[in-house]
Amino acid sequence: MNISPFFKVAITVIGIITVNIVSAQSENMVTVQGGTYIPLYGVDSTAVTVETFSMDIYPVTNREYLQFVLEYPEWKKSKVKRLFADGNYLVNWESDNSFGNQLAADAAVTNVSWFAAKKYCECQGKRLPTVDEWEYAAMADKSNPDARKKESYNQLILDWYEAPKTFNNSIGSTFKNYWGIYDLHGLVWEWTMDFNSVLISGESRKDVDKDSNLFCGSAAVGASDLMNYAAFMRYAFRGSLKANYAIRNLGFRCVQAKGKNNKNVTY
Amino acid sequence: MNTQLTKKIFLSLILAVGFGSLILSCAKKEKKVYESTADIPANREMIAELTSPPHVPTPVGDRKAKLLKVDMEILEQEGEMTNGVRYVYWTFGGTVPGSFIRTRVGDEVEFHLKNHPENKLPHNIDLHAVTGPGGGAESSFVAPGHEKVFSFKTLNPGLYVYHCATAPVGMHIANGMYGLILVEPEGGLPLVDKEYYIMQGDFYTKGANGERGLQPFDMQKAVDERADYVVFNGKMGALTGDNAITANVGETVRLFVGNGGPNLVSSFHVIGEIFDKVHVEGGDLINENVQTTLIPAGGAAIVEFKVDVPGTFILVDHSIFRAFNKGALGMLKVQGEKNKTIYSGELEDGIYLPEGSGIQKMPSTNGVVESEIPAKSMEEKMEFGKATYMQTCFACHQAEGQGIANAFPPLAKSDYLNADVNRAIDIVLHGKTGEITVNGQKYNSVMTAQTLSDEEVANVLTYVYNSWGNSKKDVTPAMVKSVRNK
Repeated sequence: MNISPFFKVAITVIGIITVNIVSAQSENMVTVQGGTYIPLYGVDSTAVTVETFSMDIYPVTNREYLQFVLEYPEWKKSKVKRLFADGNYLVNWESDNSFGNQLAADAAVTNVSWFAAKKYCECQGKRLPTVDEWEYAAMADKSNPDARKKESYNQLILDWYEAPKTFNNSIGSTFKNYWGIYDLHGLVWEWTMDFNSVLISGESRKDVDKDSNLFCGSAAVGASDLMNYAAFMRYAFRGSLKANYAIRNLGFRCVQAKGKNNKNVTY
Repeated sequence: MNTQLTKKIFLSLILAVGFGSLILSCAKKEKKVYESTADIPANREMIAELTSPPHVPTPVGDRKAKLLKVDMEILEQEGEMTNGVRYVYWTFGGTVPGSFIRTRVGDEVEFHLKNHPENKLPHNIDLHAVTGPGGGAESSFVAPGHEKVFSFKTLNPGLYVYHCATAPVGMHIANGMYGLILVEPEGGLPLVDKEYYIMQGDFYTKGANGERGLQPFDMQKAVDERADYVVFNGKMGALTGDNAITANVGETVRLFVGNGGPNLVSSFHVIGEIFDKVHVEGGDLINENVQTTLIPAGGAAIVEFKVDVPGTFILVDHSIFRAFNKGALGMLKVQGEKNKTIYSGELEDGIYLPEGSGIQKMPSTNGVVESEIPAKSMEEKMEFGKATYMQTCFACHQAEGQGIANAFPPLAKSDYLNADVNRAIDIVLHGKTGEITVNGQKYNSVMTAQTLSDEEVANVLTYVYNSWGNSKKDVTPAMVKSVRNK
């Protein structure tokens, strides 16, 4: 191909700009291009626009979390306030200053409360993802930004729900998705900022005739729409949580907003 | 009307009643009758006895209503559906169906629902015995590593299903989250000799019935109601062979039978027995002399019968392909003296073949697909062969190859079998009809041609030849192939 020198310069300039943007975001994060998607509980009119943001490639690990508690001792296992984390907080850690040898250093940290996860992200200059950000990034498989209609993708997720004891697997042991993010499915559940904004009452059948957001979602679980099945389980899981719960299969990762007027967080 | 007379009658009535109650109170302590079961007081605390199927806890007898504490743990764990087929069950108390809960009317049940920390999912419980929104589901929604407590009063006697009602409800039930809770009337159900707990359920796996390995739940099949397994007590063989339930001649047997579904309705039947009594749908209505009782998904029934003669009685869902092809089969073994008046056994054996003597063939739409995972060792051959045997041969030739006298020839220490391996292969492939002599006994019946792949035939025959005192031949797929191509 014959490219004029002018274009070559232009391309180089664009390249430099891109590099600058990338280097502006924290290490081990990737950009998720914004877009519009219809969440589980929605119909066409409730499409949600997610603005571009960057997300941690991996969930936060035991090693990283140990670093955090050493730096902020009020979050050590024995020091934490019960209001912010229940009795299962870091329950499998050997001590305040060590996770011991039963847990892998590069496994996702679990048994952390929402308060703890939120604080961790804030201390890194980040925050927890919103449900929409998380769901938006997690609907990608290896090659498509939205794979929710693919049977293989859904089966993979459902299989994980049935696989026991995945919480101690190393980060990066599942697939790398379209955005370059690992382990959104297949390792642990992850905290989100507004995990309790979609209310599942616990009586899932009642949610059907309640005029709640989930009405349409549950109606959609018909023969043709298996994709929501996996999502339903995530929403049910989130619905069972309280912010001070610390659970064996629940970890987290952080995100960073792009641009000053990012509207992903609306509260 | 004469007011004087009315007064007299009234007076004498009062006297009679007063006198009557005096006598009663002398004879024994007066029994209080409550207008509503909600008024029955429950005082002392008691820990509920929970049992795994097929067992049930001790009857309530004449105990008073109590504050009954029930401790139930939810476990998500891998189990075996049938030989070689594994499945991740979600369970109440580690079994499918979940632990049996036995209460009496008026009990105040304090229910502790614990979700094991290593579980992946939140769960809850909806007990059909509960009067209140969601049957307890709303108040028991519990995250992994947590415990929820709620309480309820048992107002209506009967046998009730409980199950998980967390989204997606169908999947939680399909994975085994159901069980039975019994509410006995005041004074308890009449005592019987034997009581058992049986619950039917349908299962949907990615692979077809019998396909080996860990099988994930198949949502599409569940939606289409195409069950791969229909079983009693969570797996094939949970109530057969050594796991059969037992009784002695002359005893009365009571079965608490539930149906967890998620989809299929059960036509519960015991081959060779007539139910003397059925508590229809688990309620107060008693029907007598019933052959088959319908148990809806999410429903139950109590059936009672006296066993008069010894033998093995087969429990089935009389939607009969479920019994012989999908696993809905159990056994009640009865021991004791024969009674020739009630059942004579065979008196005469003649031949009657109105449809001609042609061999029946199982219809087959496609050729049989060879297994994707061939057996790699003798152990595997035996294992896979046993699986095929239990699915295909077991109903007639029985668990130990002993056959059934006068009907189906034995495979154990069988001279006929050991004499000619190619003949044995041929019979499995093409069936057999007419008289043969096995170990000195004459048999005259029909075996259908079996729709099995070369490898399956090789495995199952190897299993048969290497069991029960046979000649330990190793049958290979090539041997089967050469007989097939003859």
